[in-house]
Amino acid sequence: MSSLYLDFIRIRFLTMLAYRVNYYSGILVYTLNIGVYYFTWQAIYGGKEQIAGFTAAQMTTYVAVSWMARAFYFNNLDREIATEIRDGTIAIQFIRPYNYLLVKMMQGFGEGIFRFTMFMIPGMIIAVLLFPVQLPTSPVSWIGFLVMLFFSFLINSQINILIGLMAFFIENNDGLMRMKRVVVDLFSGLLIPISFFPGWLTSIMNFLPFQAITYLPGSVFTGRVQGTGILEVLGIQVIWFLILLIPIYFTWRAARVRLFVQGG
Amino acid sequence: MQAIEVQDLRKNFRIQQSRGGLKGALQDLFAREYREVAAVNDISFTIPQGEICGYIGENGAGKSTTIKMLTGILVPTSGHIKVNGYVPYQEREKFVQGIGVVFGQRSQLWWDIGVIESFQLLRKVYQVSEADFKKRLDELVERLQLQELLSRPVRKLSLGQRMRCELVAALLHNPSIVFLDEPTIGLDIVVKSEIREFLKDLNRTQGTTILLTTHDLQDIEALCSRVIMLDAGSIIYDGGLDDLKTRWGRGREVRFQFGGAVQATQLNAWTMGLPVTWTQESDLVATALVPADMAVSDVFSRVLGQAEVTDVQISETSTDEIVRQIYSSGSAEKPEEQPHV
Repeated sequence: MSSLYLDFIRIRFLTMLAYRVNYYSGILVYTLNIGVYYFTWQAIYGGKEQIAGFTAAQMTTYVAVSWMARAFYFNNLDREIATEIRDGTIAIQFIRPYNYLLVKMMQGFGEGIFRFTMFMIPGMIIAVLLFPVQLPTSPVSWIGFLVMLFFSFLINSQINILIGLMAFFIENNDGLMRMKRVVVDLFSGLLIPISFFPGWLTSIMNFLPFQAITYLPGSVFTGRVQGTGILEVLGIQVIWFLILLIPIYFTWRAARVRLFVQGG
Repeated sequence: MQAIEVQDLRKNFRIQQSRGGLKGALQDLFAREYREVAAVNDISFTIPQGEICGYIGENGAGKSTTIKMLTGILVPTSGHIKVNGYVPYQEREKFVQGIGVVFGQRSQLWWDIGVIESFQLLRKVYQVSEADFKKRLDELVERLQLQELLSRPVRKLSLGQRMRCELVAALLHNPSIVFLDEPTIGLDIVVKSEIREFLKDLNRTQGTTILLTTHDLQDIEALCSRVIMLDAGSIIYDGGLDDLKTRWGRGREVRFQFGGAVQATQLNAWTMGLPVTWTQESDLVATALVPADMAVSDVFSRVLGQAEVTDVQISETSTDEIVRQIYSSGSAEKPEEQPHV
């Protein structure tokens, strides 16, 4: 059975590889984004040493790694699931003896591997060449960051699955999906690090899963969190991963009863 | 053993009612009105193992909804289902191992990969051993002549080619029950008859139980010994196809072409005393409707002695016509008091 799930990873990876040309422009767009944020932050810092716990150099690194992490963990599972629900192809998924959501997760991971090797790594190399990015020197930071990056993927995909499944309950969840994208980009700390938010908002963020997607791994990569602190932030990710399984389980169960296949 | 048992099965759908106008739209925004609609309305039937059963009805009669409940896709509102010894929606993953499903309007192959890769993936999905898979695939590929298609991507197949591949996909794990939801929709006559032959073979050699929905009554005539007819969510007929024909058939039509002009009064005079009705198309052509319990030869003997007949055609009421009548009347109960027409 496990080889089945591996197959879904492999097939999605190969499918993505067939469309790889589409992603070359993506690298350019992401590099451009890093550039825009780099120069913006340069202007904001002016001559200042540090703002909200970030030095100017850390900020550059943070911006680069956050965007490139997004290049990896981003996927369209929400859209895929919503489309399958809306056009009724979900019916086919129910006549197969496998767990649909696990299959979706595997497909997302196949896409993730593609994005990691063909998108994030080349993009990171370009970013390092163009901007003064400081790569971590300690192997612990590297390992910690990579493990956390994997959890970023898991948590982001879980949120996507949850939003996608909403298509069972509301006829058109396009708005929800768009809102989710903005919320994730903003509250994960991609656009502005969480420590820049006003105090009350920062404390709310601590109780939401979004910071676990970008902000926490970014903090490890920039060296703001080190040593045993890495385990602590990794722990937050693991907890969020486990917590998010609960709403997914219940949403899925409720959806089974509600399911109503469109188009006869 | 019964392959399928259904008792008082019901599925209600909640349909959102949209109110008209701007005011209605605003009201809808806050308080939506729903209407419960029974797509399947307390139906009961059993299908024994090894039977091919046709499930017919007009669009929206509830055929697909029933199939979706029988295959575990939809959860019924109420009633009992047992298919292959399982309650489909409860033990879904175990249950679907033993069934095969073909939806004529949806593909279950993976669009982006080759046909053979799709089959390989299905082998893993259904945990079929490599040896069994190879044997079964070889049989199916030969029977349906798919050799050249195997390496093609699914998206490059024609509908007929894809449909044959869909059948293979549904049968690789050797299911004992196969559900076919409009398997011949949109196919040309050659592919249609190929698929019918194949299904017949499958039923004969493997004893596979087949339940199929279709709008093509030739599918039913070619395959099914039994028909279940659905209208507005309720079963209006369940029985043999022959039964349906004798109950509903209006007898035979005998169309005469005469050598010279014939009057309506003449026609009626010839068959005086026989329960025959005439309809005249022209002076030279007339059709006699002969009830099922009367011999056609009686009409012949009366007519042939009276006038010069250049051509005769005998036709039975077609299934299409019977079904059309039933659909339009909404009931398969043939009114008892209906006189001979």
